[in-house]
Amino acid sequence: MWKWLHPYANPEVTYHFTNKLLPWLVALAAIFLSIGLVWALLFAPADYQQGHSFRIFYIHVPAASLSMGIYFAMAIAAFSSLVWQLKLADASAAALAPVGAVFTAIALITGAAWGKPMWGTWWIWDARLTSELILLFLYLGIIALHSAFEDKNLAGKAAGILTLVGVINIPIIKYSVEWWNTLHQGSTVSKLGKPAMSLEMLWPFLFCFVGFSLLVGVIVSLRFRNEILARNSIRPWVRELVSQHTKA
Amino acid sequence: MQFSSFSDFINMGGYGFYVWLSFGAAALLLTLLIISSKTGHQKIIKQIAQRKNREDKLRQAKKIKQQQAAKQNADLKEVTR
Repeated sequence: MWKWLHPYANPEVTYHFTNKLLPWLVALAAIFLSIGLVWALLFAPADYQQGHSFRIFYIHVPAASLSMGIYFAMAIAAFSSLVWQLKLADASAAALAPVGAVFTAIALITGAAWGKPMWGTWWIWDARLTSELILLFLYLGIIALHSAFEDKNLAGKAAGILTLVGVINIPIIKYSVEWWNTLHQGSTVSKLGKPAMSLEMLWPFLFCFVGFSLLVGVIVSLRFRNEILARNSIRPWVRELVSQHTKA
Repeated sequence: MQFSSFSDFINMGGYGFYVWLSFGAAALLLTLLIISSKTGHQKIIKQIAQRKNREDKLRQAKKIKQQQAAKQNADLKEVTR
């Protein structure tokens, strides 16, 4: 595996590979998201209790689970960067943080907009909502640390340590609905065995979920490219690339 | 199709405000993020180009300075001889 992985530890190869990957990701994300969102908004049935407000689910749940998934990926990247000093892992951690922050914000906003008609309140300081808000603050802290130092390696180290400390929050978010009494309902999709949803609702959800995941791939790739360039600005291949770009 | 008319669709069975607030906020945030990620590429390239320019200028200035110093040295030697 190391032999196969080795060329991808080369920033130049990875930069060009990401460039090649991008159009495919964009196309797939566009296909899945347009199918998923049209299905979710127009064709999926309304919930028998929640009516059409249930359509918020198709954004809220993908955003919330991706906000945790992105954090987890960022933690793995931060760990490999701290332990094995992989520069590219550091670049990917820096690329993931803003994307995770936006998805956390979307989960919180859509959650509030769903909570108001269903629970009667925009916000409540219960376990699920509070721990998700802490996740947003963790992301913001990590982003701030990444940009607080001129030296990207030093910044990556500081942000990486905060990332790893913050991992404790992930199981707290995930299991908060089981550990504490909360207004937030338990999970409907990922219950082991049969999901507690009808297939008419599950299919559009899956399209939305895959679509949003691919969109994360697109945005992270865009940012990853920038991070690679910023970290290798004195390398000849970057200099060459820059002079090509500025000439054109 | 779950809606009989367009206004029905906008109304979302009375939940229109909340549904469109959610979809609108998500669309807005994601659009902003995508734009900033895309423009970041141009920005970083410009930054590196500027830094390179500065370094080139510094290098050139150093070269000129060295040449001048060498010339002065040569002149000085000429005078003392």
